[in-house]
Amino acid sequence: MLFLAVLSATYYFGRRYALSSVNHPRELHSLPSYHGFYVAAWFALPAVLAFGLWSAIEPIILDSLLLEAINSAPLLSGTTPDLLLNEIHSLAFNLFALKSATPEKLFLVARFLELKSIGANCQIAVVFGLGATGVLFAKRKLSPTLRARQTVENIFTWLLILCSVIAVLTTIGIVLSLLFESIRFFNKVTPTEFLFGLHWSPQTALRSDQIGASGAFGAVPIFAGTLLITVIAMAVSIPIGLLSAVYMAEYASPNFRNWVKPVLEILAGVPTVVYGFFAALTVAPLIRGFGESIGLNVASESALAAGLVMGVMIIPFISSLSDDIINAVPQSLRDGAYAMGATRSETIIQVVLPAALPGIVGSVLLAVSRAIGETMIVVMAAGLAAKLTANPLEAVTTVTVQIVTLLVGDQEFDSPKTLAAFALGLVLFVITLILNIVALVVVRKYREKYD
Amino acid sequence: MIDELPAAILRGPDLSDFRISKRYRFERRFRLLGLSAIGLALVILVILLFSIVYKGQSAFWQTYIAIDVNLESVSTAQLNKVNFRALSRNAIGSSFPNVKSRQDKKQLYKLFSNGIEYEVQNFILKNKSLIGSSLRIWVKASADIDMLRKDFIDRNVKQSNRRISNKQLEYYDALDREKRIEKRFNVTFFTSADSREPEQAGILGALVGSILTLMVTLLLAFPIGVGAAIYLEEFAKKSRWSDIIEVNINNLAAVPSIVFGLLGLAVLLNWFGMPRSAPIAGGVVLALMTLPTIIISSRSAIKAVPPSIREAAFGMGASPFQTVIHHVLPLAMPGMLTGAIIGMAQALGETAPLLMMGMVAFIVDVPGSLTDAATVLPVQIFLWADAPERAFVERTSAAIMVLLAFLITMNLLAIILRKKFERRW
Repeated sequence: MLFLAVLSATYYFGRRYALSSVNHPRELHSLPSYHGFYVAAWFALPAVLAFGLWSAIEPIILDSLLLEAINSAPLLSGTTPDLLLNEIHSLAFNLFALKSATPEKLFLVARFLELKSIGANCQIAVVFGLGATGVLFAKRKLSPTLRARQTVENIFTWLLILCSVIAVLTTIGIVLSLLFESIRFFNKVTPTEFLFGLHWSPQTALRSDQIGASGAFGAVPIFAGTLLITVIAMAVSIPIGLLSAVYMAEYASPNFRNWVKPVLEILAGVPTVVYGFFAALTVAPLIRGFGESIGLNVASESALAAGLVMGVMIIPFISSLSDDIINAVPQSLRDGAYAMGATRSETIIQVVLPAALPGIVGSVLLAVSRAIGETMIVVMAAGLAAKLTANPLEAVTTVTVQIVTLLVGDQEFDSPKTLAAFALGLVLFVITLILNIVALVVVRKYREKYD
Repeated sequence: MIDELPAAILRGPDLSDFRISKRYRFERRFRLLGLSAIGLALVILVILLFSIVYKGQSAFWQTYIAIDVNLESVSTAQLNKVNFRALSRNAIGSSFPNVKSRQDKKQLYKLFSNGIEYEVQNFILKNKSLIGSSLRIWVKASADIDMLRKDFIDRNVKQSNRRISNKQLEYYDALDREKRIEKRFNVTFFTSADSREPEQAGILGALVGSILTLMVTLLLAFPIGVGAAIYLEEFAKKSRWSDIIEVNINNLAAVPSIVFGLLGLAVLLNWFGMPRSAPIAGGVVLALMTLPTIIISSRSAIKAVPPSIREAAFGMGASPFQTVIHHVLPLAMPGMLTGAIIGMAQALGETAPLLMMGMVAFIVDVPGSLTDAATVLPVQIFLWADAPERAFVERTSAAIMVLLAFLITMNLLAIILRKKFERRW
């Protein structure tokens, strides 16, 4: 708040100063507002830089000062300084635990908070001090001939570049964080065991003599479960999505299209958690009841329920992509077929669809990647136990379900159980990435063919 | 040579009426098939919405029971010393003078929500003028009684399989005969945060959490997304670098949301030490997730501004930057806002990455700041969907209705915005 107030103050100062230095604004090289921005930038850049640097360095300095205090204080028995440091950090933010802390620790916490408040005050002083220096510097450079516009525009261009780089940084961040944690995981479990092992039970026991103490990390059952649910979802969404796309593109009147298309899009806009609820509480009991009435044994968290609902979720995805692609098939192909006496359906099946096939394959691939990465439906409606089966009536688990169950709740960042989630995440990321790239290439090739 | 030709060509086209009517029949069937596919999708949508409304509408009503509280012995001066628990229990007991044994009393008390002493307290503190008399106060019934009232519990089931005992049914019927049970609008659902007791649980905490999180998301994603779009459309020279950024953004749009959750967990929480479960951390993750959507829609909005506008501005001596800020950006703004609203709607419904960020905690307070532990609406739905009590099913559905209402409003807003400001050049 204060920062924003000072920032606008410097802007007005720069503007005023520029205007007062000449008899008429025309004598300035740049518009007065650029002078204002110029001064404001000279305030903001050093200040923000200082703020960032200080925030990065402060904890390190604080810790070393605190360690000094720990070492000089009467030593607390049974703990190393490092552990104590962590404890004090957590105590400082937890008033409830603070009540039961020992006086020595209380002293250290007080010291820590004191240092922290000194640090915060210093930070404010340094930030505004540097900002003020920048303003003074800018004031000396201000003159009617100053090329303020060029400088300011350069700064803004760099800001825009920074904005677009953030997207790249996000990707790099994803790849690095997944790789980093996965490598730590593969130090404990070999990649071959992970990728080809047939047994998955990530629960590591507390004591070594308990059953299943070692924990098994063979991910094949998980991949199989993911595949099973994806296949079911595709079996639902490809026929329905494709047929509705064909009808929309070839038969529907514009009026029908205008009304029905947005309504179908609602299916895509419903949050996945709602589908999950629907799958778990409406579809699954229905399937179970139906299965039992004809004498089948259906698990209450059957792959079928999750797959069916996921298929419904993906219908609008396939139908709108395929719709666009069918529309992109040149009219001349259809006209040629009609001229040969083909009916509409014959034209569609023998001419339009084969022509659109690469694009449709691309859209299906995108849909598959969406299905593999879908989380909430399977978390709520599919099972947790990793079972290697192709029976859609049994409960199976998926990659995303395992990531969620491994990571929700308290976790320690050195057990293979937690790290396994990152390895699964890496697999998920790589598979969806490949599917997307292939799909994009296929669709692009197809577009070029008819453009 | 002639006998090597395929038989079909030798035979020539089959123009018989039979074949033609067969072809037309197939044509009709194919058309019907397409129409029924659309019909099926629409029917599923209707079933989905109907099942949620059907299950959820009852959650907007809550069963209340009237109790007669005797305030004759209470004096205004000593209000803070009153034992409201005893007061409310006496009031319950006074309606059933015959219930004597400890066990029976316990069962009787279970007809009521275990928070009624606070209800009684609040009522008395609000109506201090009534102190000294005896008055009738409507308090919440327990979730089980609520379910019984709404016919979700079958009386004819054996006692051991029922959540309400025969004794409790007796008490309930007695109260019902005296017309001391009625359903009222469930205000609690909109004014309180999560609770273990279904009758005291509400969505306000999750709603506020969602709003705080989305605020962070909007403040980060919109400026950055628009900035990136402006750079890519107006300033970036076609180079390897701009190609990389473009491919990257397209791929980022298709990365599963849970991977963003992993990113947030590893980078934001573990490296940067952001507070767990806080709207600020969740908001940053959602911002990274919606960024591609906003960039893509902003780019198409900028593309739609015709070059003549830019040329006119250049002709007047404007710099490229001035052209963009003064002319292109205002003209592209409605399109950008539409994209931003759609991105926000996406973020509002997102659950998976927030599970990773620890926003699944059980939180009974309404979050007050960006660093408080909070949960969001879809995560609340997820939590309630897992709760075993029957009463949470209807609350889950009701929470979904609220969420859908928000989403529909946002999408309508986007459509209206587009219709209103859409300009054909």
